[in-house]
Amino acid sequence: MIGIGMEGSANKVAIGIMLHPDDGSEAKVLANVRHTYNAPPGEGFLPKDTARHHRAWVVKLVKKALKEAKVTVDDVDCICFTQGPGMGAPLQSVAIAARMLSLLWGKKLVGVNHCVGHIEMGRLITGATNPVVLYVSGGNTQVIAYSSQRYRIFGETLDIAVGNCLDRFARTLHIPNDPAPGYNIEQLAKKSKRLVDLPYVVKGMDCSFSGILAAIDGLAASWGLGGPEQAKADAESDSNAEHTSEDPDGKPTRADLCFSLQETVYAMLVEITERAMAHVGSKEVLIVGGVGCNERLQEMMAIMARDRGGSIFATDERFCIDNGIMIAQAGMLSYKTGLTTPLKETACTQRFRTDSVWVKWRDD
Amino acid sequence: MTDEYKPPALPSPFSNTSPAPVLLTQGAEAHVYKTVSLDPSIPAALKIRPSKPYRHPILDRRLTRQRIIQEARCMVKLVREGVSVPAVLSMDWEGQGGENGGWGGAWLLMEWIDGPVVRIVLEQWEAWMKKNSASLDQSQLEQEEERVRGLLRRVGHALGGLHKAGVVHGDLTTSNLMLRSPSTSSDPGPTGVSMEGEVVLIDFGLASQTAQDEDRAVDLYVLERAMGSTHPRSEPLFEALMQGYRESYKGATSALKRLADVRLRGRKRSMLG
Repeated sequence: MIGIGMEGSANKVAIGIMLHPDDGSEAKVLANVRHTYNAPPGEGFLPKDTARHHRAWVVKLVKKALKEAKVTVDDVDCICFTQGPGMGAPLQSVAIAARMLSLLWGKKLVGVNHCVGHIEMGRLITGATNPVVLYVSGGNTQVIAYSSQRYRIFGETLDIAVGNCLDRFARTLHIPNDPAPGYNIEQLAKKSKRLVDLPYVVKGMDCSFSGILAAIDGLAASWGLGGPEQAKADAESDSNAEHTSEDPDGKPTRADLCFSLQETVYAMLVEITERAMAHVGSKEVLIVGGVGCNERLQEMMAIMARDRGGSIFATDERFCIDNGIMIAQAGMLSYKTGLTTPLKETACTQRFRTDSVWVKWRDD
Repeated sequence: MTDEYKPPALPSPFSNTSPAPVLLTQGAEAHVYKTVSLDPSIPAALKIRPSKPYRHPILDRRLTRQRIIQEARCMVKLVREGVSVPAVLSMDWEGQGGENGGWGGAWLLMEWIDGPVVRIVLEQWEAWMKKNSASLDQSQLEQEEERVRGLLRRVGHALGGLHKAGVVHGDLTTSNLMLRSPSTSSDPGPTGVSMEGEVVLIDFGLASQTAQDEDRAVDLYVLERAMGSTHPRSEPLFEALMQGYRESYKGATSALKRLADVRLRGRKRSMLG
């Protein structure tokens, strides 16, 4: 069975083609193409601009994916697309493309929950069977565990997502959005070892990031570290030099703030994940979502898992960052159980809870 | 990738006490041991918050220290207010007790409470009732339920005392309520499950000091939910707990009024979409 996955819930439009061999052997990725819309430094991506970008790219990407996968339209069994959650306008532009292809080619549509797509792709790539899942991205922060055909949310953010917190701080510092603001924060953080005190907000298995963002934005403002001039000065200075300030009470550097932000928010994420693991008695942890690429987060999670006698599963940017194959993977699992989405019900939604999906393809 | 799990080494002076501390439970945050205090004949409970090596050392120290001090402060306050909680015997929040100085964790030594947790008492009672309730006549059945009501009323009194003292527990479950075994035991009735003994509140790891009705109501709501999922048969008797709570202090009525709002709202958004 061959399925096309179409993803466009945020600033990436991505098409993936997956093959599930009929003999039941391992699923294969035939094509995984993506194009990212990047706003200039200091700005975030706006829904209307992002939607325009997706509309301009989606047909090109579908053509490219079919060519790369060396399949024709006749080989395709179903068209899977992201139905939510995400930004409204970008979601809609990709959903329209999916509907058009479905009518044009006479193929069935399968609406996919973005979060479930991440989880299923993570499970496929890492081989983790029943892990506690930490899903961290620009729009979502959830600790999830599977139980009786639902992916249940044990803990989540009470306000903004962790990736949103990082992205917005990157905006404050005018750190480039290319290839990703979080990636650039990570690189800058590597140049520092000094921890600046920030709020630490964990409530049971939930956490909150908006206060941390306000606090660190305030620090950046009071030390005059934000804005384009500082970013320029930073880029011109020796990029390999240590950026840590010597005096522990003196003015922190931009690198110090990035380092402190990462240390604080990742410690919170690892703590709530550990609590969920203790609660459900699981020893496996899977990290998915864009922030899941962060090496420091993976390192911290690995230490925690080791101390609990467990193991960690993580993937690289091809599968962590939004992609089309994860939508194809989750959609095909659903399609195999006979679940498709009739055209009338293909409207997308910005709010689509992970635990509202009936996981019919798992019965453990 | 998988290493065999071993609990972290005990801090001094517990690394060389005799008999050696026995690990009772391990949560996400802390390990609880049974040990002795001053004299081998005096049992004590030891709660250790080990250092979390995944965290930055400065952040780790700050959090470990903050949390253990918060816990101890709440307990000391409750002892002073006459609420029945284990007495705090000693503690170390600087993590100096380690072999190589850099242990980083913190510990809290508490009075040992001898007796079962309420969860076990109710589970045993429910199991017995499930097997034998058919053979009881109406008056015996009522008598049995009355015993549980009595226990829950005492729990309600204990919670009222806690809230009156300006502390909320933060993690109320029947596992965090104990019955201190009385010196002379009375007849446990046909079930053989004793419900005698003073109700003692334990585990203040998530406790905080507050006098807001909202926090008190959430505290009660958490217990109500926990009762519903762990003791389905005793749940209808929960009203007795509320009654005990209502009788115990003046502000109880407004906290219970708030509880009605909290029930409607739920602790978090629906888990089923």
